[in-house]
Amino acid sequence: MELGLLAALNEERSQRRAVLVVTELASGAQRLIREADIDAEDEADALRAALLSGRSRVQPGEAGERFVAVHVPAPKFVVVGAVHISQALAPMAIAAGFDVTIVDPRTAFATAERFAGLRLIAEWPDEALPAIGLDRWTAFAALTHDPKIDDDAIAAALNAGCFYVGALGSRKTHAKRLERLAECGVNERDTARIHAPIGLDIGAQSPAEIAVAVLAEAIAALRGGQHAR
Amino acid sequence: MPKPTHDPKGDILAIAERWAGEGRDVALATVIETWGSAPRPVGSHLVIDAEGAFMGSVSGGCVEGAVVTEAVDVIAGGDPKVLEFGVADETAWEVGLSCGGRIRVYVEKLTRG
Repeated sequence: MELGLLAALNEERSQRRAVLVVTELASGAQRLIREADIDAEDEADALRAALLSGRSRVQPGEAGERFVAVHVPAPKFVVVGAVHISQALAPMAIAAGFDVTIVDPRTAFATAERFAGLRLIAEWPDEALPAIGLDRWTAFAALTHDPKIDDDAIAAALNAGCFYVGALGSRKTHAKRLERLAECGVNERDTARIHAPIGLDIGAQSPAEIAVAVLAEAIAALRGGQHAR
Repeated sequence: MPKPTHDPKGDILAIAERWAGEGRDVALATVIETWGSAPRPVGSHLVIDAEGAFMGSVSGGCVEGAVVTEAVDVIAGGDPKVLEFGVADETAWEVGLSCGGRIRVYVEKLTRG
């Protein structure tokens, strides 16, 4: 590997951007491919599949075997709302490999006792989210049911290109939310990305079951599963 | 300012860049395939210098010694190598994987322009 390629790879990783390094095993020829450039590649589908899976692998190529090294950032999960669902969701998301942060300005909800051992920020989202750093490798869920807290945070998550944006609330609640977001200037292409009602439709009833549905929906979005959209 | 998600102190690719930046001759070993119960996943790295100093892990200790020896050769010769370790190998009883797994390791030198 050329030192210049290694330096570029480490720079991309430190900036939380996904990259592939393709090595032809026979010749040692090597290329760094940024996520945004995959579509221009000859074997874009195989490379895209490798990136979505997050797993490095040996693939057959035109010049024999090649090793596709997949470098994707550790996914974050940012939950707005220190509510009952979040208490179940946070440990599950950690187990699934997410770096989890819960944000809620309501100090009655955001207590260390309710969220022992978890990263909890008792601030308004507009104060807390910039430091957390929402990005393309972040899943976001708004769970407070309070538009004053949820709406701006949802807009920020859409603006940051979070790979998953979910919002708690019925279809009726969500319709009103869409009206408010439109009034705030969030365009329809972005708001169409919001998963609401939140979670895969598995008939979830309890907070823990809803947490499973939300986490499954986020994983589908991350991995390009059949429930992703 | 986004925080780096990898720990620069323990990150093998960051260490490889730093060692090379210090003027050391460096090789990088990467697990590229595993079969059975291999101890370290695909993508695991070992960084090695010409003196045989190394950091990281490709097998949890079973074959590191052999990889380091090969890596020192790769640093001297320059051409990359694909190594394979497993219980089916002739050498398995010396440097095999006692878990019964099999791994392929790509060893390459870090080159300057």
